[in-house]
Amino acid sequence: MSFTLEQSPTTGDEVISNYTINFGPQHPAAHGVLRMVMELDGEIIERIDPHVGLLHRGTEKLIEYKTYLQALPYFDRLDYCSPLAMEYSYVLAIEKMLNVEVPIRAQYLRVLFAELTRICNHMLNLGSHVMDVGAMTPNLWMFEIREDCLTFFERASGARMHSAWFRPGGVHQDVPLKLLTDIGEWLDTRLPELFEDAMSLVVDNRIFKQRNVDIALVSKEDALAWGFSGPMIRAAGIPWDLRKAQPYDVYDRMDFEIPVGTNSDCYDRFMVRVEEVRQSARIMKQCLADMPEGPIASSDRKVSPPKRGEMKSSMESLIHHFKLYTEGFHVPAGEVYVATESPKGEFGVYLVSDGSNKPYRCKIRPTAFSHLQAMDFMSKGHMLPDATAILGAIDVVFGECDR
Amino acid sequence: MAHVLHSAPRYASFDGVLDGLLARLGDAVVASREEHGEIVLTVVRDQVEDVLRTIRDEESFQQLMDIAGVDYPDRAERFEVVYCLLSVTRNLRLIVKVSTDEATPVPTVTTLWPNAGWYEREVYDMFGVLFAGNTDLRRILTDYGFQGHPFRKDFPLTGYVELRYSEEDKRVVYEPVRLAQDLRQFDYTSPWEGPHYVLPGDEKAQGEKA
Repeated sequence: MSFTLEQSPTTGDEVISNYTINFGPQHPAAHGVLRMVMELDGEIIERIDPHVGLLHRGTEKLIEYKTYLQALPYFDRLDYCSPLAMEYSYVLAIEKMLNVEVPIRAQYLRVLFAELTRICNHMLNLGSHVMDVGAMTPNLWMFEIREDCLTFFERASGARMHSAWFRPGGVHQDVPLKLLTDIGEWLDTRLPELFEDAMSLVVDNRIFKQRNVDIALVSKEDALAWGFSGPMIRAAGIPWDLRKAQPYDVYDRMDFEIPVGTNSDCYDRFMVRVEEVRQSARIMKQCLADMPEGPIASSDRKVSPPKRGEMKSSMESLIHHFKLYTEGFHVPAGEVYVATESPKGEFGVYLVSDGSNKPYRCKIRPTAFSHLQAMDFMSKGHMLPDATAILGAIDVVFGECDR
Repeated sequence: MAHVLHSAPRYASFDGVLDGLLARLGDAVVASREEHGEIVLTVVRDQVEDVLRTIRDEESFQQLMDIAGVDYPDRAERFEVVYCLLSVTRNLRLIVKVSTDEATPVPTVTTLWPNAGWYEREVYDMFGVLFAGNTDLRRILTDYGFQGHPFRKDFPLTGYVELRYSEEDKRVVYEPVRLAQDLRQFDYTSPWEGPHYVLPGDEKAQGEKA
């Protein structure tokens, strides 16, 4: 952290003028490359001007030069803490335009892994949030859980983080039965043990509460006006969850609760996420119990590839495979905006197709944009160290914010 | 849509929503359609603020989720600014669009939603669309001192400049882009579905005819 004094401070009776400091762009509590120009009066924050875009890679432009399928892995690299949740909006947007039917097992698998992603994401966020305000141990325990999640991703898709496993029309590959039983066992034993242990250290901790309760209060009206979503809007007391309100895939079959906050401070945001982890585990158990056998991708060969075995004997399968991986599929002209409940909030994809095999425009609606924009009014009047708590409670990841 | 097969987010029924909007907004609507399960309204540019205020207050679309820019270089007014709205009480989504060109500003909606500020900055940064009344129209995602508007269709994917850390100057320097190999775009579309150019070798057939 570097700072520049606009005027030298004096020790006499003279008033010390406001000064401006740079928070970041390289700061461990900034959760990435965020530069915040802070105007301080002593230790009180007067104004914050977040400068984003240091991680801008032009993802949306790159997508315009790729076929629909080739563009998919870019989504893993947006919010690299919850990659599958990013793919979710994109594949649903394509499916909505193509109007393809997704087999029921694929829908269950996607819900299962989307919720596993949510747990994985919240482990990182909750852990780093407590570390931002001074606790070390819970973070280490929650990284154990995160490591388990990443192992499950690897066993399903072959990649720990950038899975590219959700595909238009279903998922890429079926999962082995052993993986599902292992996830079930993990949900019953290891997850609650580690997670509840870690939470028992923080939720009633005096220091943790002192750092979070009554910090960054946001009214319901403000939360709506600033376009809040996800845990941020739920902590403000509005029970708005896209999984319930606008269910996609088999979320309408799931029985789960939406936690809401009462006080709309950083502590509520934290606790909403804590409860979401438990609810996600509940959804995953239902998925495991109800998941039927069956195909895991659409049988429409213009959208999803044939099995390798089929290709060995069927000419048509070979042609389909070749065309799918070179030309790709054509999406009917039009535009859709599809948003899903990512762990951080509403993650939307505004997709414009001109009828060709490449997206004409793919606008990604990051969750962090409206939340980080509210940083200024949320931090006003708080102390400088509160900024890290507020930032931690926003749950911001710059791969997604800057795109 | 005739029959919904996909499993994308399902919101409340669209029955009568579009008619209600059209009746309320009157002449401000240039075009409207319901397609792919989305309601899309195109409105008069100069009235966009009033239209969105009406939609927010009287049709209760409380949240502005996103503002997207789209570039159609062939059109007279090449840019579209797309507002994605959400109603949490009616459980509906709505897309409102206006079109503009490089020089004509679009009225700002920061007066209606405070979070519109950054979205408008992004559209300005990426497309060069101006927003009248936005008091903080700085670049947001590109580098300090960046020139051009990278998401325009005529802006090359590789850009014009690249940067590196110069050991001599002890700072980051910008240089024109140098690629070891040109960026190649392969065309995989089926030849028999009609590409818009002459395939290599086909010009010989043309020559024989002539």
